Amino acid sequence: MNVVVCVKQIPDPGGAGRLDPTTLALVRDGVEVVLDPGDEVGVEAALQIAEATGGEVTVVSMGPERGIDAIRKALAMGAHRAVLVSDPRLAGSDALATSRVLAAAIGRTGCELVVAGTESTDGYTGTVPSAIAELLDWPALTFATAITVEGPVVRIQRQTEVGHDIVEAPLPVVVTVTGGANEPRYPSLRGIMAARSKPVARPSLEELGIDPATVGGEGAQQRVLAATPAAERAAGEIVADDGGGARRIVDYLATLKVI
Amino acid sequence: MATVWVVAELAGDAAAPVTLEVLTHLRTLGDTVEAVVLHPDGASVTSALGAHGAERVYLATDDAYRDHLAQPAADTLAALITEHRPDLVVFGATYDARDVCGRVSARTGSTMVSNGLGLRRDPDGYLVESAIFGATVQVTTRVTGTSPLVLIRPRSFAAEAGPARDPEVVAVGRPIPEAHRRVRRLESVTAAATGPRLEEAPIVVSGGRGLQDPANFRMLERIAELVHGAVGASRAVVDAGWVPYARQVGQTGKTVKPTVYIACGISGAMQHTVGMKGAQHIVAINKDPDAPIFKLADLGVVGDTLTVLPALIRELEQRGG
Repeated sequence: MNVVVCVKQIPDPGGAGRLDPTTLALVRDGVEVVLDPGDEVGVEAALQIAEATGGEVTVVSMGPERGIDAIRKALAMGAHRAVLVSDPRLAGSDALATSRVLAAAIGRTGCELVVAGTESTDGYTGTVPSAIAELLDWPALTFATAITVEGPVVRIQRQTEVGHDIVEAPLPVVVTVTGGANEPRYPSLRGIMAARSKPVARPSLEELGIDPATVGGEGAQQRVLAATPAAERAAGEIVADDGGGARRIVDYLATLKVI
Repeated sequence: MATVWVVAELAGDAAAPVTLEVLTHLRTLGDTVEAVVLHPDGASVTSALGAHGAERVYLATDDAYRDHLAQPAADTLAALITEHRPDLVVFGATYDARDVCGRVSARTGSTMVSNGLGLRRDPDGYLVESAIFGATVQVTTRVTGTSPLVLIRPRSFAAEAGPARDPEVVAVGRPIPEAHRRVRRLESVTAAATGPRLEEAPIVVSGGRGLQDPANFRMLERIAELVHGAVGASRAVVDAGWVPYARQVGQTGKTVKPTVYIACGISGAMQHTVGMKGAQHIVAINKDPDAPIFKLADLGVVGDTLTVLPALIRELEQRGG
């Protein structure tokens, strides 16, 4: 089965994020861009399914050209090819515009299964995969912590607020995976070498049939008006544990009258 | 006058707490508040929705809304939005709502904003407050266009019933095509838990990687038992399979606002702090004096979590005995 995995290039989540004070857009210059750790889980899930069913994996992404390294990482893990939709007119796109672009790119691959992380680690909007499913008019199996494919049926364990559900759907289907769904493989040296020559298609918005007026900051029906530092908590008391740390905690709880 | 909708959810056979929280808040904005309930047992919650502010409830009770994920609900909701054009549609940020919201957005062309923590209006429309970078920066977003969709995180507002009133109930019957019944829910499992619910406990004792071994979570369970609290966890240990997801506190987990939050062996990554920053008091135990969690702590103990916790259990047991 041929599988598409959606990935996003994000500023290194280990670094401190910053907004441009004038544009209120995320500062990307001088910030290392990485493959979203949540998407590594998606790539791993896609590879496992393709390997088990004898298919290939296509990485689909939207973002600035400099994010190509994140895509190369997915290729180095074993994906076969990539589609990167990169166009300055896409800057500032909202979740709906992003979904339209990705769905159009996915539609051209002829795949039967789309895998995505449940949400990005930077923006964590978490609604793009279900919007993509709707635009494809496919069912979606969401928040998977485990996936099994039996013939034309995909079954997942779906995380819920109180436990989990067992949910299944026939192909074609969109599946979103949670952070714990698998242990992503490390790219091998051979994989890293091979990734350099794997094909990366770069379709234009026009080729995808996307009206440029509906994407980017102009097309978005939302606008960030203000970004202000949240109130800091007052500095607390930090003590080294010399054997009395536990006692200090108990005394503190007692002064709060919770014990 | 503007009309705002709340897409109601059920928890068991009652209205979900987040639904009532959102209704309570919307009541204060001065707009007409209406609710949409798509659930076979929806009729049982209309009076609670009314008491919390809904003047009208659109009610559809097909079994499909429970048995098939997202698509039946998205079909009906998109059709209702197209017909009635509410000025704003608000969801609780639950798993099911995220699935439905994404689909409705694709159908109606409405913009969507996730992870809302606040919502207000000015003469030009609605403004959503949210937080980024681990809740260190507060962002205000204006939403425009047809029926914008907003997801509000649980516990952003307190639920409070107003005077009892029976809302006008509008029965909605919409055909649900077979093609949109393809995702079947075969089984629902509720993870066993004792003690108070994580979201409601006055004391939350949470553990992270610093506990080193899943077996050490038993110490947290013992402490929770002694202080009548609940056990939470960081994403790292949930992803590692040490504890069930229902225990996860943070961006992708639950938001808790207890009287006291005790972070044990948790470094304080932004992913985690988003979910616990609202605690009234924070205690942290970590062996790394530079761990970011200490910047939030009212009392921080720099030491080996695996040494401090047994001592803490002894102290609490002595106190109790």
